[in-house]
Order: sequence, then structure tokens, then C-alpha cells
Amino acid sequence: MSAADEMGATDQAKSGQAKSDPPESARPKIRMRGVDVAFGPKKVLQGLDLDVGVGESVVIIGGSGVGKSVALKCVLGLVQPDAGSIEVDGEEVVGLSGRALDRVNAKIGMLFQSAALFDSLQVWENVAFGLIQGEGMEREAAREKAGEKLAQVGLGPDVAELWPAELSGGMRKRVGLARAIATDPEIIFFDEPTTGLDPIMGDVIDKLIVECVRGLGATALSITHDMTSARRIADRVAMLHDGRIIWTGPVASIDNSGNAFVEQFIHGSADGPIQMQVRR
Amino acid sequence: MPILQPIGRVFLNFLAATGRLSLFTVRAASHCVRPPIYPRLVMRQMVEIGYFSLPVVGLTTIFTGMVLALQTNSSFAGVNAETATATIVVFAITRELAPVLAGLMVAGRIGAAMAAEIGTMRVTEQIDALSTLSTNPFKYLIAPRLIAGLMMLPILVLVGDIIGVFGGYLIAVYQLDFNAANYLAQTWRYVETLGVVSGIVKAAVFGFIVSLMGCYHGYHSSGGAQGVGAATTNAVVSASILILGANYLITALFFGVG
Repeated sequence: MSAADEMGATDQAKSGQAKSDPPESARPKIRMRGVDVAFGPKKVLQGLDLDVGVGESVVIIGGSGVGKSVALKCVLGLVQPDAGSIEVDGEEVVGLSGRALDRVNAKIGMLFQSAALFDSLQVWENVAFGLIQGEGMEREAAREKAGEKLAQVGLGPDVAELWPAELSGGMRKRVGLARAIATDPEIIFFDEPTTGLDPIMGDVIDKLIVECVRGLGATALSITHDMTSARRIADRVAMLHDGRIIWTGPVASIDNSGNAFVEQFIHGSADGPIQMQVRR
Repeated sequence: MPILQPIGRVFLNFLAATGRLSLFTVRAASHCVRPPIYPRLVMRQMVEIGYFSLPVVGLTTIFTGMVLALQTNSSFAGVNAETATATIVVFAITRELAPVLAGLMVAGRIGAAMAAEIGTMRVTEQIDALSTLSTNPFKYLIAPRLIAGLMMLPILVLVGDIIGVFGGYLIAVYQLDFNAANYLAQTWRYVETLGVVSGIVKAAVFGFIVSLMGCYHGYHSSGGAQGVGAATTNAVVSASILILGANYLITALFFGVG
């Protein structure tokens, strides 16, 4: 058993995860158990266990390429796990497709790392996309609501008429956030929300995320390797390493985690149990 | 057997690629006939494929008709060249050249553009974003392009038929000094329903192939700009080869028996 395995086992025992089905009120919004994902010979996730409670904001931290984005994509049905179970509101999503998957995804909004705005649509059409295509709202009503959501993220009506190519990085993230919250989702995913932004814009985005999540009363699951951002937006932090969660705890306790992997990561040190593969 | 291994690998890869393409085709075709259909997107693609391809198809077919008239006259000099020129121009244009050349030109123009656009959407996570917004990418991206390709190529080929024959007429009358009335009469006499219909059927199949290859390679592209570039090349090359292969099969079906 590796050091990571031992710590994972210890932390799981500490966290005292439920052994039997909890009552609905205590049921996590998202429940992942034993999720395995491999791309060819490369094992990305190996028995990932994670619960996200209702209204909780959980941030998954971890190095580049450890499978943080893959974990989110598994919940959205964009990547099918090789093994394991993923439940959203108690409903199994592994193996879902078509309308059944659309119904689950309708509860979820997502801010992509690159914002993933549709180049061929104006900003307001991007924000209103889920309302028009997903909920069948009339274009004019959707346009009005898109304007409200843009205002919520600090963008004026003039931005609504622009094309994505005309936006700066920070504006793209804000439009992506407006699109993620446009349908008032119960769950919001944030994939590296501050990557590529200057520190001030990063702070602006983090504050908007916290405001939007609290305003909607939504459950949030974010992934980042930006510790400053993680401290701002998380209620709880989970560290992903070697395909599984090796530590999880309240954000306030992260500096006293007692976990060598977490300490190395939050201090950004090259020396420690996490060995980066660097060709010399 | 070190020699057999790479051969076996290539064969298995070919089978796997054929299987993937077949599944993609069935899935895409099923979304073309099942609601919801997005009329606004279908219209946009029809304009892109049909209207904006008119100049390139028109220029290709008019020059082809002109060259055909010159070559036929040169080959049949002194042997009833006027009748032969009109007949060969109308036969060749309607049966073969307008559909094949229009298909190849549209493969270069539209197939490449589709692969690049959808490929860019893939590598920038826009296709993933569609799924998270409860929108099926096959319905939103693939089906409108397939429907538009299937519908617009026949119209383009009909226009190409007229322009190509007109190109032959221009050369015949104004350069070769054939009698205009006689040339037109000969042309009209040899315009046959089977030839035109076979050309239109070919065009519909070619339109489907062009859109399918553009969408398929774009949808499965990966690896950033290089992957999108490879998808674009593959879309044009595979569509061109499939068009030439399908052309033989349809020609054999219409004209090969008896």
C-alpha cells in the first residue's frame, strides 16, 4: 500500500462516510463511489470517492493531469467511467444517455476553463442558450433574462451584442459564468475558474462565483490548482492524487491538514512525496 | 511474424474506423428524421452550402463546358462535329462532370469548413458545453449540415448543368462558328431524363458524403490546432475518394446493366 493509499484510508476512516443509505435530507447532492477511468493504459481515476452536500461548495485541488476535469466530466456524462457509481440527487447517472442524461444535466450549470463560448453566437445568445434550447423559452424573454444575468456578473447591455471573439479573458469568464447560472441550476461546476487571469480579475471572478452560488443556494463543485482561489470559494477542500481523494476537510483546516501531500501542494514545493516527472 | 503484425494492425484499424464511421452515420441519420429539427440552423447551412457555393460551382462547370466543346470539336473535326459537340457536352455535363466536379469543389469548400468549425468546437470544449446545456450535438451540429448537404447539392448541380451546357454553347457559337439554332436544337434533343436524374441522385449522395465526412472528422478531432488541421485534410481527402467511388457505383446502377 502506497503512502497515498494509507493516508486515503486514514482520512476516509476519519471522515466517517456513511456505510448505509442515508435519509433523503442527509443524502449528498453528488455521490461518487469507486469511480475508475482509464484512457488506454493510462489510469486517470482509481476508486474516486467523493460526496458533495446540498448547498456545499467543494473544491478539488491537485496537480495538472491528475484527473480533476475528468471527474467533473464523469458527473456530466461526457466521460463514461469504467467502474463505480455516481449519483446526483440519489439518481445513478453512470450509463445514462439521451433525454435521461439531459434531465440530470438540466440541474447543472458549468463554467469551463476556456469559457467554451459558442463563437457563432452573440454574447446574449450564448447566455440564453440553455433557456432557449433546454427550456424552450421564447427568444425575446430569454434575451431579457440573459441581460439580467449579464448584469449580475457586472456586464452591461452593450456587451450582450458583442461576439465572443471581441471579449477579453476576464469578460469571457464572466459571460461563461452568466451562461452557467442562466437557468438557475441546483448544481454549478467550475473548471479552473481563475486560470489565465490576472490576480485582480481572479479575485473579481471568485467573488462573483461566491455571490452567484450563495444567491442561488446552489451546490458547487470546483476544480483548481490555484490555492488563493480555492481558499476564497471553498467550504471544503478535497485533494486528488493518484486517481483518488487522499485528503478532505474544511477549508479552514487546510493549513493544518497533517497530510504531507497537501502540505507540499499548498506550499508549491518541488520537494515532497509528490514527484513531478521532469525530463532533464 | 514481424511482417504480418503491421499488416494485421492496419487491417484492424481499418475495421475499427469503418465501424466508428458506420455507427456515426446511423446515429447522425437517425437525428435527421427525429424531432426536434432546427429549421433556423438548417436554413443557415443551406445558404452556406448552396448560395455561397454557386460562384465556385458556376465557374467550374462553365470552364468545363467550354473545354469540352473545344476538345470534342478537335476530336471530331470533319465528322459531323456540330452534332457531336452538342451531344457530348450535354451528356458529359449532366451525367458526370457537373455532379462530380460540384461534389469535389463543395468537398474542398464546405467539407473543410465543417471539419474546421466542428473540430475547433471540439478542442475548445464547445461541444461539451452543448451537452451540458441539454442540447444534443448531433441534433444541433450534425443533422442540419447533413440535411442541407443532401438538399443543396442537387440544386447546385442543376444550376451547374445549365451553366456547363451554356459554356459549351458559347464556344460552339462564338468561337467555332456553329449555327446557334442547330446547336440548341441538338442540345435539347439529347437532354435525357435519365441522365439528368442520375446526376441529381449522384449530387444528393455526394452532398451527404461531403457533410458526413466534414462532421465526422471534425467531431473526432483532438490535440489542438494540429488535430483540427488533420481533421480538415482528412475530411476533404476522404470525401473526394468516397465521391469518386460512389460515382462509379451509381453510374453502374443507372447505366451499367444492359
